[in-house]
Amino acid sequence: MQMTGAEVMVRCLEEEGVSTVFGYPGGAILPFYDALRESKVQHILVAHEQGAAHAADGFARASGKVGVCIATSGPGATNLVTGLATAFLDSIPVVAITGQVPTVMIGRDAFQEVDITGIAMPITKHNFLVKDPAHLAQTLRLAFQMAKTGRPGPVLVDVPRDVQTAIVDYVEGVLPPVPEDEPSDEVIAAAVEAISKAERPVMLIGGGVISADAEYDAMHLCEKLRIPVVSTLMGLGAISAYRSLFLGMTGLHGHERANNAVKEADLILAVGTRFNDRVTGERKTYNENKVIIHLDIDPAELDKNIFSTIGISANMNKTLQRLEAGSEPHDLSAWWQRIEGWPSMDEDFGDESAPEFFKALNPVIKDKDYIITTDVGQHQMWAAQHLRIQFARQWITSGGLGTMGFGLPAAMGAQLARPKSRVISLSGDGGFKMTGSELFTIASYKLPVTAIVFNNSGLGMIRQLQTVSFAKRFTACEFPGYVDFVKYGEAFGVKGEHVTTPEELAAAVEKAMEMDEPYIIEVTVDPKNMVLPMVVPGAGIGDYVKFTE
Amino acid sequence: MEQILSILVRNQPGVLMRVSGMFSRRGFNIDSLAVGITQNPEFSRMTVTMKADDLTIVQVCKQLEKLVEVESVKVLPPKASAKRSMVMVKVHAGEKRLELLRLADVFRAHAVDVTGESLTFLATGVDDKLNAFVEVMRPYGILEMVQTGLVALERGDTHMSVDKSRYEWPKANAAKTSVGV
Repeated sequence: MQMTGAEVMVRCLEEEGVSTVFGYPGGAILPFYDALRESKVQHILVAHEQGAAHAADGFARASGKVGVCIATSGPGATNLVTGLATAFLDSIPVVAITGQVPTVMIGRDAFQEVDITGIAMPITKHNFLVKDPAHLAQTLRLAFQMAKTGRPGPVLVDVPRDVQTAIVDYVEGVLPPVPEDEPSDEVIAAAVEAISKAERPVMLIGGGVISADAEYDAMHLCEKLRIPVVSTLMGLGAISAYRSLFLGMTGLHGHERANNAVKEADLILAVGTRFNDRVTGERKTYNENKVIIHLDIDPAELDKNIFSTIGISANMNKTLQRLEAGSEPHDLSAWWQRIEGWPSMDEDFGDESAPEFFKALNPVIKDKDYIITTDVGQHQMWAAQHLRIQFARQWITSGGLGTMGFGLPAAMGAQLARPKSRVISLSGDGGFKMTGSELFTIASYKLPVTAIVFNNSGLGMIRQLQTVSFAKRFTACEFPGYVDFVKYGEAFGVKGEHVTTPEELAAAVEKAMEMDEPYIIEVTVDPKNMVLPMVVPGAGIGDYVKFTE
Repeated sequence: MEQILSILVRNQPGVLMRVSGMFSRRGFNIDSLAVGITQNPEFSRMTVTMKADDLTIVQVCKQLEKLVEVESVKVLPPKASAKRSMVMVKVHAGEKRLELLRLADVFRAHAVDVTGESLTFLATGVDDKLNAFVEVMRPYGILEMVQTGLVALERGDTHMSVDKSRYEWPKANAAKTSVGV
C-alpha cells in the first residue's frame, strides 16, 4: 500500500497499540501532525516539550507500556533532553519522535536544525536518523522493540520533513519482543546453596523488579524463605510496605533498620538494582564479608559498582521462580531477633514536623488504587520514608537523574495511562515552579490529578546540604518572593486550598479523591525541617550524620 | 596492561561516535583505533588498543556489547594474534639519501615518495619496531609523519563472525560499500 512517510509513522504507532502520545508541534514535524489528525491515537498538547517527555515516562512507569513523545526539530528536540535522560537513568521504555529539517538541508545550520541524534547519544538506549523513507517503518518498529527489550530505555527517532512527505510502500508488521536468556542450572544451584548457608540474608529489591513485572515472583521467594527485604528508592512498591518482611528503604536517606540489616548481612540477594552510590554509600566497604548474589537483566551491571559472588543476567521472573523452587526455608530466628532490636521504619529518627504530613496520608491511600508521583528533594525523601507504598507501579519518582520538575508532568502521563486510578502528585515549591505550567495541560484535559505542593519558600534539600557540608553558610536556598499556588491553580480553573496541619492535608486529599477533576493543595512547611536519617556523604551505609541545632 | 579489542559493528553512520563516546563517557582511554570494512559489507571491524587490567577489560566488553550496533566483541590473545600497524615518515634527505635508504631497508620500510629534498618511507610492524624506526629517522629531520592504529587478527582457524543480528535492521542499500563512520 502506498502512503506518505507521515502516514507510515502514524500506522506504526497504531500497530504498536499506542493510545496516547504527548507532544508539541513545529514546522519540521507538521506532516506527521497532519496524518495524526486522521488517527484514533490521542494527542496531548503539552505546555513544554520537557513535559511531553516526562509525561511519556510517567505513562510508561504507570502502565508498563512504551510511552511516546513528539517534538519538532531544533528547540523542540533539545527540550526533550532532560526527560530522555530521566527515562534513561531509570530504564523506562520511551520512544521519542522528532522532526528534522529536510535531508538536503542537514548540515547547513538550517533554521531550527540541531543534531539531536548526536546530542541524545549518551542519554538514549539507541537513536536513529531516518534518511531513507523506505527504512521508516522498520526503524520505528525497531525503536519500540529496543525500548522494551532486555533493560528498557528511551529510543529516539529523528525524521526529516521530506521523509515524512515522501510516498513509500507500506506493509504491516510488528517486531516481536527479543527473547531473554534463561538462568543456567549451575548458577541457580550455586545461588540456592549460598542462600541455604546464609545466617543473615537480606533481599535487596530495585526498580528492575518492577520493570520486569516480577514483583509477585520476588514476593513468593522472600515469603517462602522468610528473608528480610529492603528496597531501593526505585524498588518501592514491589513488596508491600505493610508486609512483615519489609524493613524499609536502604540508602542515603534509608530507614535505620533497613540500612543496619544491609550492613550486618552475610548475604545480599540483590534483584534488579545497579548498586547506585545513593544505595551503597562507600562502595569499597559495602560488600566486605558478604556474599553478593546479583540478578540483573543487563550483564553490564554485574560487577560494575559492586563485585558479586554470583552474578545472574537472565529473565528475572524465571530466575526468581527457579530460586524459589530450589530453596527451602531455614532457621533465621536469631537474625530476625537482631533485626527487631533496631528501630523500625515507623519509629522516628528525629523530631521533625514535616514527616507528619506524609504519615497522615497513609490512612487515605491505604488499599486504594492511587498512584503517587514525586518531584525531587526533601519531600521526595519524606514520601519514600513515610508513605507506605503497597503496589508495583504505584510509586513514580525520578531516582537516577533526580530531575526536579518531573512529578507533575509524570502525574499527567500516569493519569492518562490508568484513567481508573487516581494520581497524587507531590512536589516542593522549587520543582513545581519548574514545570508547573503543565497544570494548564492537566486542567485543559480535565485530568483528575491532585497536585500537592509542599511550600517551604525555598530549596529544603539545598539548605540541608549547606547545613551538613557548608557549615550553614546558606545561599541560593531561599526564594526571594512568594507564590500563592492555589491562586496559580485558579488561573487555569483548578480548585484548591491551603493547609497547614497534617489533619487538614489528609482531609483535603480525601475531599479531592471524591471529586473528578484536578485539585491543588498547598502545604505550608517549616523550612528548618531536615530529612533524617542521613548517611554521612561518602561514608558507609549506617554511618549517620548527627545534627545539632 | 595492553589489551587488544576486536569489535564487529554494524557498518552505518554514527557507529564510530557511539563506540568512542562509550569509552570517553565511562572513563576508559583508547590508545589506538582502526576501523575498516569486512568481507560482509553490513559489518565493519574496529580494533582498539587500551591499557586495562583484567577486571576493567571485562567491563569494557560488556559496555560495548550493550551498544545495539555492536554485534561481537573479543579480547585478542596478545601472543596468539597477528598484529600490525603502519607508519609513514617524511624525512629530510639532502645528501644522506643512500644512507637513509639503507637504514630503511633494515626495517623493511619502503620509499613511497622521493623528491630532491625528502624521502617518504612506509613501514609496517608492531609499535616497538615502528618506534625504533622513527627514532632512527629522527636525527635526519622528520618533516611529518602519520601512523595508523593497530590492526590484529587471532592466529589459527578461530574467527569472529555474526550469524544473525540481535535486531532486524532496515535493509542497507546493496550498492553501499563505504565505511559508515
